[in-house]
This record gives sequence, structure tokens and C-alpha cells, in this order.
Amino acid sequence: MPIATESAVVLQGVTKTYGSGDAKVTALRGVDLEVRAGELLMLVGPSGCGKTTLISVVAGILDQDDGECLVFGEDLNGMRDRDRVRYRGRNIGFVFQSFNLIPTLTAAENVAVPLLILGSPRREAIRTASEALDRVGIGDRGHSLPSELSGGQQQRVAIARSLVHRPRLIVCDEPTSALDHQTGHKVLELLREVALADGRSMIIVTHDARIFSFADRIAKMDDGRIVEIVSPSSLK
Amino acid sequence: MIYVALKMLMGDRGKYFGILFGLTIASFLITQQMSIFVGLMTRTYGFITDSGLADVWAMDPKVQFIDDIKPLQDTQLLRVRGVEGVDWAVPLYKGILKARLDNGNFQACNVVGLDDSTLIGGPATMLEGRLEDLRRADAIILDENGANGKLARRGPDGKPIPARVGSTLELNDHRAVVVGICKVSRTFQSQPVVYTTYSRATSFAPMERKLLSFIQVKAKPGITPRQLADRIARTTSLAAYTKAEFEDITINYFMKYTGIPVNFGIAVLLGFLVGTAIAGMTFYNFTLENLRYFAALKAMGATNTTLLSMVVVQALLVGGIGFGLGTGLAAGFGSYFGTRTELAFRLPWQILTGTACAIAVICTFASLLSLWKVVRLEPAVVFKG
Repeated sequence: MPIATESAVVLQGVTKTYGSGDAKVTALRGVDLEVRAGELLMLVGPSGCGKTTLISVVAGILDQDDGECLVFGEDLNGMRDRDRVRYRGRNIGFVFQSFNLIPTLTAAENVAVPLLILGSPRREAIRTASEALDRVGIGDRGHSLPSELSGGQQQRVAIARSLVHRPRLIVCDEPTSALDHQTGHKVLELLREVALADGRSMIIVTHDARIFSFADRIAKMDDGRIVEIVSPSSLK
Repeated sequence: MIYVALKMLMGDRGKYFGILFGLTIASFLITQQMSIFVGLMTRTYGFITDSGLADVWAMDPKVQFIDDIKPLQDTQLLRVRGVEGVDWAVPLYKGILKARLDNGNFQACNVVGLDDSTLIGGPATMLEGRLEDLRRADAIILDENGANGKLARRGPDGKPIPARVGSTLELNDHRAVVVGICKVSRTFQSQPVVYTTYSRATSFAPMERKLLSFIQVKAKPGITPRQLADRIARTTSLAAYTKAEFEDITINYFMKYTGIPVNFGIAVLLGFLVGTAIAGMTFYNFTLENLRYFAALKAMGATNTTLLSMVVVQALLVGGIGFGLGTGLAAGFGSYFGTRTELAFRLPWQILTGTACAIAVICTFASLLSLWKVVRLEPAVVFKG
């Protein structure tokens, strides 16, 4: 698997703490990490080790307390809220654990949401969304509501939604946890094939060891730190 | 994103109709109760409104409202006519007299005695006969509602036979012949209205030393009713009010000394609270249930302004539809029952404006609760499964 050398995300000494006093919890303790352009990096580790906090910081959803987080050379922490939200909308795609498809929108409409957020006209957004659905293999289900789709199909819709606005980075949170093994495998194949095709970078948070083989590199986390970065082959 | 907001709202049929139901009920109750209240209050001074020609009403200073008759001496009429600026002044008798019905029952009637020579103060709309027919012997004119209702005879089959031109009545033991049917505002107590001449009315009425109820006055050109009222009050020591003032005095009496405003106020408040409770809480729950989607939208790049505009559009839509349905229902209710029953119902634009404001307050309250949640929403919750 080819790995580009240009950096998509660079984290240096990133710390993040929640609460204060006795309730203080340190989620990230000086994380250093680089995600290269075109790379699929998996973040693995036990529950509560800081994976979700880390991707939230990378995605510009949470501010780190200390350290530097550059996403495509931009320091999100230094941006005004509004600019950061816009930057996120343009450059980052999300695949959530529970899909988060709006139940009253059709599959195509759900996929069109990032484009609508960016201000695309509705017709154009739906047309582009239908093309994205084609790319993930469910072009014929564009008019279906999420409740009419299987778990795997819903995740495909979520993947299409994460790609439709051509972001440079895709952040996936446990994309296979709600899927059976076979479907999860197919979804990861699809992600690799479609999401990385345009040189995008992808960070996947997962517990699912069965999909480790899809990663370019695997960053192991524990207690708020990256303890090891390995290649999938070294885990075999 | 407005499209997404509307689909989120209308796609959840249960919640959508729940919110609409709440707002419709609130809008209906507020409009309906306010309209009945205004209708009732309008009836209290309907007689003043119907007597359209007079600019000023002169009366005993102790009079508190239109039906609070404190008779004057007939000589007061001459004193008023002598006030500078008076174009004309005519006497008006107003009193309650009993009409004897065929079945032996008595029906209290609002008897109005008009100036014999001019018939000023008479009904504007005659359905049968002519106003000047009052000059015939024993002549009276009945209002349509009284003629068709409380003064109607009973036929052999028990069905009412409305009083018509030519029918006779017995008013305080005096024979009266119906020479016309007119259309006037319903009275507050829904009594039949009987018009006749001043002299005949005073002859129907029980003997009293003073029988002149009001003096209706017209101002000469160049003098305002208010100025003339001041002059009359100053010169004659009578109370003198413009038409609008007398209407206000009458309505204020009912507002102050009856429980009507409180009762209706409570009903309106209940409508408001019910609407707030149903619509507000349903809308709030709707937002709560959609919070994770709002968080996802926020994560995907939707700004707070975008999300807030989505919530506001949702609130405006349900508010607008609920307002339309509620006021439409209330108008239909008023239209149906107002013409078939004694229901007092009046729906001026001010009530629609008031209801719109009340619904806006409910929607604002509901959306503020929701907006607070959305603004404080931490998009990282989308990663919490």
C-alpha cells in the first residue's frame, strides 16, 4: 500500500483535560502524531484511553489545552469559532459509530447535507449526493429512508455523506461496531477503495481487530498517550 | 438547510401534529374566548352604536351605563336645546316593559321611545315596514331577533310563528301593533327591542314624574362633539358624553363591576397555558430527540447561526400553521353559532393580532428552550455513540 509522505495532520505535545479539582481527568497527555496524506491510520486502544478526544481535537471539535495541532498546515485552535466550523465543513468528513443519519431525510438527502451546509443549491446537492451513493454501491436506494435500509446500507450512506463534499480528511469513529463481521469487512473495503482514492487521509478509531489489516499504520493509545505506532503486518 | 429543518420537523408526523395540535388549540381558545368576550362587550353598548345620528348623549350625571336609566325632567330637553352649538336635541325614552304573550307569560322588552317628529335614533335597517309607520296608532317596530324568538307565538304544532307586521302585542296593558321589523344589534341580555314614539313609549310606561331617559344631541358644524359635551355639562349640570365616550363608559362599567373580564381572562390564560404546555413541551422534546442530529450537523460544519435559523424556521412554520388553523376554526365556530344561536362573537383584527402575538410568545418560549440546548450543544457528543 503506497504511503505518501506529505503530512495531513501533525500533533505535537497535545494535552486535553476535562473538569477541574478532584473531578479533573486528563484525556490526552502530550500526544505526538503525524497522519500522512493518503494514509489510513487506525487509532486503537482500551476504552477511555483518549481516542475519541484525540479525533475530536483533530477534527476541530474540541480545543486542546496545550500543544499544537496542524491540519493541512492550519492551526485549528488559533481560528475563530466560525472559521473553524467552516474549515471543518469544507475539509473534514465524518463517519459516526451510530451513523447519525437524519431519520426523516432520504438517503440522498442525508448524503447531501454537507453540501447544503456549504451552501450548495438543493437540486445540485441531491444530484451530487446521488452520484456519491452510486460510488458506494447503493445508487438505487437514494429515495429510501434510513429505517428502510440495513445496517450495512446505512453505513454506506454515512460513508457517501462523508465523501460527498470531497473533504481532505475523513474521521471515522468505530465504523464497524454496529455491523456484523462480513458487512464490516465490506464497509472497510469500500472506505479504502473510495475514500482514499483521491489521496485523502483517513483516521479510524476502532476496537475491531478484524479490520486492522486495512490500515496503513496503527497508532496504539493508552492513558492519553500514543504508546506505539505499528504496521498491520507486525500485529499478525 | 431550511429544507432539512422542515423535513426534520414534518417527517416526524407524531411530534409535528402534536405541536400543531397544541398551537391550534391555543390559538382557537384564545381567539374564540376573546371574540366571545368582545362580542359580549360590544352588545353592552350596541344600542349606542345603532343610534348613529347623535354626536352627544346628555343624561343624569349618576348614569353609569346605557341601561342604567335615571330619568330626567322633560324641561332638561329645552335647556339642552338652548346650549350654543346645539344643532338639534331630541328626547329618548329607554326602559324595560313587560309584553304579555299569547300563552299568558310575560316577556321583558327593551322599549325605545323616539322623538315623535323626527324619529331620530330609530333603527338603521328596516326588514319589513317603514320607520315612519311608527306614526300610526299604537304602532311599534320589533327587532328581528325578538320577533323571531322571544316574541314569537306558538302554533298548534308548537312551532314558533314569528311576529310580523300586523301582529299585536300587549305592552304593560296597552295594545301595540307591529308595523315593522328591523335589524339592530343584539342587546346584552338578549331582550327583544321595541321601537315606538317617545310619547307612546311614555304612555306605555308606568306613571312616573320623570320619564326622559336620554337627550340625543347633534353639534352644529364647526364644533366638535367633545366641545359641545363640555358646554352642555357646564350649562345644564347634566352629564354629556360623545358617542365614543358613552360606549367606553358603558363597557368600563361591565369591565369593572361584572366578573366577565376575569372569567374570560382566565379562559384565555388557560388557552395560552395549554398551548404553551402542549406545543412548548412537544417542540422542546422534538429538539431534544434531534439533538444528536443537530450535533452531527454541527460537527459537519453547520454554524450555530445555521442551527438556530433551522429551529426558528421550524417554530415559525408550526406557529404560522397553528395560528391559521386555530383562528380559522374560531372564525368558523363564530360564523356557525353566531348566526344560529344567541352567541356573541366578534372577531376584529385586534384579536387576530393579539392571538398572533400569543402564539409567537409560545413559539418563542418553546424555541428558546430548544435554542438554548442547541447553542450549548457540544458536537463531540456525536462520538459518544
